[in-house]
Amino acid sequence: MSAMTPPELILQVQNLDVRFRVDRKSEPFAAVKGISFDIPTNTTVALVGESGSGKSVSAMAILGLLPENALVSREGRILYGGRDLLKASMYELQDIRGKDISVIFQEPMTSLNPVFPVGEQIAEVLRLHMNMDGRQARARVIELLNEVGIPNPQLRVNSYPHEMSGGQQQRVMIAMAIACEPKLLIADEPTTALDVTIQKQILDLIASLQLKHRMSVLFITHDLGVVGDIADTVVVMQSGEIKEQGPVKAIFEAPQHPYTKALLACRPRLDRRPKRLPVIDDFMKGDGHVHLEERKRGTTPSDPIILEVKGLNKTFYLKEGLFGKRAVPAVKDVSFTLPKGKTLGLVGESGSGKTTVGLTLMRLHDATSGEVLFEGRDLLSLSEKQMMAYRRRIQIIFQNPYASLNPRMTVGQILVEPMKIHSIGKDEGERVGMAFQLLRRVGLSEQSFYKYPHEFSGGQRQRIAIARCLTMKPDVLICDESVSALDVSVQAQVLNLLQDLQDEYGLSYIFISHDLAVVKYISDKVMVMNEGVIVEMADSDEIYRHPREEYTRKLLSSIPKGYELAAQPS
Amino acid sequence: MSAVLTNPALPPVRESPGLWSLAWRRLRQDAVGMVSLVVVAIFIAMMAGSYFGLIAKDWNKEKGVSYANPSFLAGSENLEARSMGAKDAAAKAPPVDLSDVDPLAPRYKEWEERAAKIAVTETKRSEVLPFGGDKWGRDVLQKAIKGSEVSIFVGLSAALLATLIGTMLGAAAGYWGGWANDLLEWVYNVFTSIPYILLILAFAAVAATSGKFGKGILPIVLILSLTGWTGIYRLMRAEYIKHSNREYVKAAQAIGASNWSRMFGHILPNVSHVSLVQLSQHVVGFIKAEVILSFLGFGVPVDMVSWGTMLAEAQNELVIGKWWQLFAAGASMAILVTAFSLLTDSLRDALDPKLK
Repeated sequence: MSAMTPPELILQVQNLDVRFRVDRKSEPFAAVKGISFDIPTNTTVALVGESGSGKSVSAMAILGLLPENALVSREGRILYGGRDLLKASMYELQDIRGKDISVIFQEPMTSLNPVFPVGEQIAEVLRLHMNMDGRQARARVIELLNEVGIPNPQLRVNSYPHEMSGGQQQRVMIAMAIACEPKLLIADEPTTALDVTIQKQILDLIASLQLKHRMSVLFITHDLGVVGDIADTVVVMQSGEIKEQGPVKAIFEAPQHPYTKALLACRPRLDRRPKRLPVIDDFMKGDGHVHLEERKRGTTPSDPIILEVKGLNKTFYLKEGLFGKRAVPAVKDVSFTLPKGKTLGLVGESGSGKTTVGLTLMRLHDATSGEVLFEGRDLLSLSEKQMMAYRRRIQIIFQNPYASLNPRMTVGQILVEPMKIHSIGKDEGERVGMAFQLLRRVGLSEQSFYKYPHEFSGGQRQRIAIARCLTMKPDVLICDESVSALDVSVQAQVLNLLQDLQDEYGLSYIFISHDLAVVKYISDKVMVMNEGVIVEMADSDEIYRHPREEYTRKLLSSIPKGYELAAQPS
Repeated sequence: MSAVLTNPALPPVRESPGLWSLAWRRLRQDAVGMVSLVVVAIFIAMMAGSYFGLIAKDWNKEKGVSYANPSFLAGSENLEARSMGAKDAAAKAPPVDLSDVDPLAPRYKEWEERAAKIAVTETKRSEVLPFGGDKWGRDVLQKAIKGSEVSIFVGLSAALLATLIGTMLGAAAGYWGGWANDLLEWVYNVFTSIPYILLILAFAAVAATSGKFGKGILPIVLILSLTGWTGIYRLMRAEYIKHSNREYVKAAQAIGASNWSRMFGHILPNVSHVSLVQLSQHVVGFIKAEVILSFLGFGVPVDMVSWGTMLAEAQNELVIGKWWQLFAAGASMAILVTAFSLLTDSLRDALDPKLK
């Protein structure tokens, strides 16, 4: 090997270039274009970028886990302990993986094997790499579970993955990753699938483990906000290139590259509420001038009410034993009003019942009791036929844009179908014309009409879902975690679109989310839910400035602060 | 507006292609799929041709000697034909003179004169047939063509019917759940708890005694499809349970799509690959099942031929080394079944817009 790794660096990535063969005809797609960065010992390096920026591909290249169709150029080198990992044999890599370099994936639910107890899965790593016998391994597993903060480790060691919450599963994954005292831990979006409060706990855990074990962490995320607290160095990537890298302080306080500035600015903030959120294009193409004008939010008692919910209850029944049933109340006595043309934010953690409220309003679930008054008529007591007239007027945008569009229908068919059902438009020609108009309105090209959903990115798919709702000219739009699955930069674009549509058509929104910063930005009134009950409800500025309940305060304190002084757009 | 991607330069005038026309376009680019399609089409044309009497009309004529050799094996010995010929020759030998005791003797001459007036053409049985002959000297190739009529019709229509029944019931049980599911599961359990052959025989016995469906092919199609839908039902029910909770179906409900449209407009195209694969497997299975039925005597009547009856005959022939009937029926079946499986595979790929 020509160059030895300097002792203060644990890993060096030099000129890494990864391309993917798509098919025989076209040129290989360049995912990573000759990047170089170092990971010093005992530090946390954050690799930040949007989906498709090549950040995960870089991490997988370090572990030698690239898919079959990847082409790695010969000039690139990944130096670890005097060896080039790109040229290492399969056996050498197997030895390094899990022992020296370990990884935590995004989805703990799918990364754990559901048919083995978690203790056994951790013990397997120990037996493979540390040559421990069964008893030693079990003792070490309990120690590890204790270290990652699982209560009652002696008992939980025998639990199956489904018996644990998402946060606990991610802790188990971390325990597995640190089991062999690795020198480098790669965390690939470890908190994206988790609630804010859990995210905060996991971030704290990773930071404390890094300090305690004196290891290095490569932290991959799309959200610059979350790395502010834990990273020492930040590497910003966009479309396969490194745009900027430096110490976290420099990146947050004096970002040089417009892309970094944009990433910092596009996350909604608690202390400000601009008319529009800044987006990447404002920085990359425009003059860097951002709309700083503040938007006023809030409700007044004299606002006309479009939707009123009174004493809504929803109970699910679980089968228990042969004949038994157990009642699980998901929503308990929820009442609220939605003023016309305003946004009601609905915040809570997973399992708080906020999604059930949304689905029950749409009658996608049958309510157990209660009233939903829309222009004075109780929607819950209408027959299916009478409901058709109102279906059109309340619409919902789901969380997962990958699942909510039928993969076998073209975008055109998706948009025309609701118009056909509700006899909107005279004939097919007029409907197609309206579909084209709406596609333009949500910022998609007219060619999209002929494409299938899988040809679009997550943000674009969410635009299609929005356009589908708009075909029916609804009055109330329920956004169920509609931006949660999107990158922060794309999230800003979609939020802006929703805001523009509200200004233009006077839509009323019920905005359901676990992200408090987003809810604060978009809502006039905020309702906090926990375990099926409304904990607190007030105007959005009020609730963030003076939270009255303990639970609300806890939620607010878990928002990643990042570097608050940063992101001052010029 | 945020991040507008509009491109007004591109005119949107293009016919909106439906799922099926796009699938056809993709299928045409698939060489394997197109070849299989052509093969299947040839078989279906063959079947239709023989049904309308255009080809293989005189399959029942005894043209060759018993077990006539195929033309590519013209020289090999045919002991069976020779022994039959010897028997015939023995029959033609002059009878023993009984004129002394026979009271009809004076009239023989008169009868012989009258018989001479009627032209009798002795058919010359050929020693060799293109693909060999069977026991009665019928052309095996023509038999195979005629047999395709029954086999393909039974296989295809029974499989189509079984897939239709299985899909509809599976969709109903999986989509509605509740008592519809309980009822259908009960029916399914009853059907699967009876051994398959026994079930077929029970249905065959009912069809035969009631006599409502007549004799011939129709009862076989009904028997096979009414007993064969259970596997398809089970798979489709599972797919429907999985898909009816998917968000795109909830989204369709939210825009007001009816239950019918959700079941068959939204979910069915997404699970159609399951029924297509099942369809192709059942075509194969039912062609074979018809063999069993024919063998047991519940199948096609004796005056008809199918690949099944040919295979049943071939058992005895193999012992004496006459393999061509088995080969003709087996090869036709193998080619059709392979082509059909490949075609459904290509069809499945063509129906998935994610695969290019």
